[in-house]
Amino acid sequence: MEIKVLGPGCANCHKMEEMAKQAVKELGIEAKIEKITDIGQIAMHGILSTPGLIVNGKIRHSGKPLPSLDKMKELIKADV
Amino acid sequence: MLKAFASYMVYDLFGMARDTRLSGALEFFIYDTIKIFLLLTVIIFAVSVIRSYFPPERTKRILSHKREFIGNILAALLGIVTPFCSCSAVPLFIGFVEAGVPLGVTFSFLISSPMVNEVAVVLLWGLFGWKIALIYLGTGLLVAIVAGLIIGKLKLEKWVEEYVYKIKSLGAAADIAKQTFKDRIVYARENTTDILKKVWVYVVVAIGIGGFIHGYVPEDFLVRYAGPQNPLGVPIAVALGVPLYSNAAGVIPIVYALMEKGMSMGTVLAFMMAVTALSLPEMIILRKVLKVKLLAVFVGIMTATIIGVGYLFNAIL
Repeated sequence: MEIKVLGPGCANCHKMEEMAKQAVKELGIEAKIEKITDIGQIAMHGILSTPGLIVNGKIRHSGKPLPSLDKMKELIKADV
Repeated sequence: MLKAFASYMVYDLFGMARDTRLSGALEFFIYDTIKIFLLLTVIIFAVSVIRSYFPPERTKRILSHKREFIGNILAALLGIVTPFCSCSAVPLFIGFVEAGVPLGVTFSFLISSPMVNEVAVVLLWGLFGWKIALIYLGTGLLVAIVAGLIIGKLKLEKWVEEYVYKIKSLGAAADIAKQTFKDRIVYARENTTDILKKVWVYVVVAIGIGGFIHGYVPEDFLVRYAGPQNPLGVPIAVALGVPLYSNAAGVIPIVYALMEKGMSMGTVLAFMMAVTALSLPEMIILRKVLKVKLLAVFVGIMTATIIGVGYLFNAIL
């Protein structure tokens, strides 16, 4: 599984990265988590408001407020 | 019912004497605070539910390859309901341009979104009545449409940083996960709490100004300097407002104080628009995608349009 967290480095983006790691750990799945901070790259992925979460190529979340950890797990699980 | 509750609090619970300046002010303060927070909660919640149907990714698709004029009107309207934070202005701008949204239409959105939103409208409604709120809503949209149209007509694409046009999206990522209605309600609740946490201080300060400072500074203090008779009032207010940066809630206490002390309606509205629509931090962020010339044209057109609106309302109100 491939998870991408997209954000230029705002507080919420770091938080989302941490949450993604936590969610993967709690779900006990194998996943590669990648952080994308380049603005051009973010736009290229179709994310218009940050932070964004992409799981296996699908946009699962974008913008504020952040999803809860449980919601995050659901978003990631949806693609297992 | 709210009025009765406020007077119960002041006279029965606190046991204050009736008809003194202080107890009257406190009664007004309690009544207004409860009223405005009720309005804010209900309306932000409702708008948040609507918003969940218009994530920026969807707005982008709606506006893609739209003709000018229709596109500008749609963009200004979508600016009200699409969640947007100036920190995301760059990916949003690139995403819009890349999807084929015309430059002028993109600007209509970028102008309307921070300036015309539910928080601004509710606060104006609660403090000054629904007519003023509607006027702000209408003229805010007008400014966004007109300024976007002018920028579109000037064909300024050459003043957008070249790399913006080289970015091509990885199409596959474009589908957004479906939301259930429950997801939307959860989102709306979180969004409402988020916004209320951010704005409550400003709102209390604004109501406090109305309740307590009222009567301590002469009513017509500002009339001499910034009343309708002074033709320079509007440009001065706008010139002061452009470098100031705040969201709609933050500017409300100042707006309330200015209005209380006799600054005319058009001048106050122009000031509020200048503060919310144009800001130095946003310009610095937008500089990543726009050349300095285009930024200058943008600020110039906005300033002129807002000054125009100020004069218009000073003339007819």
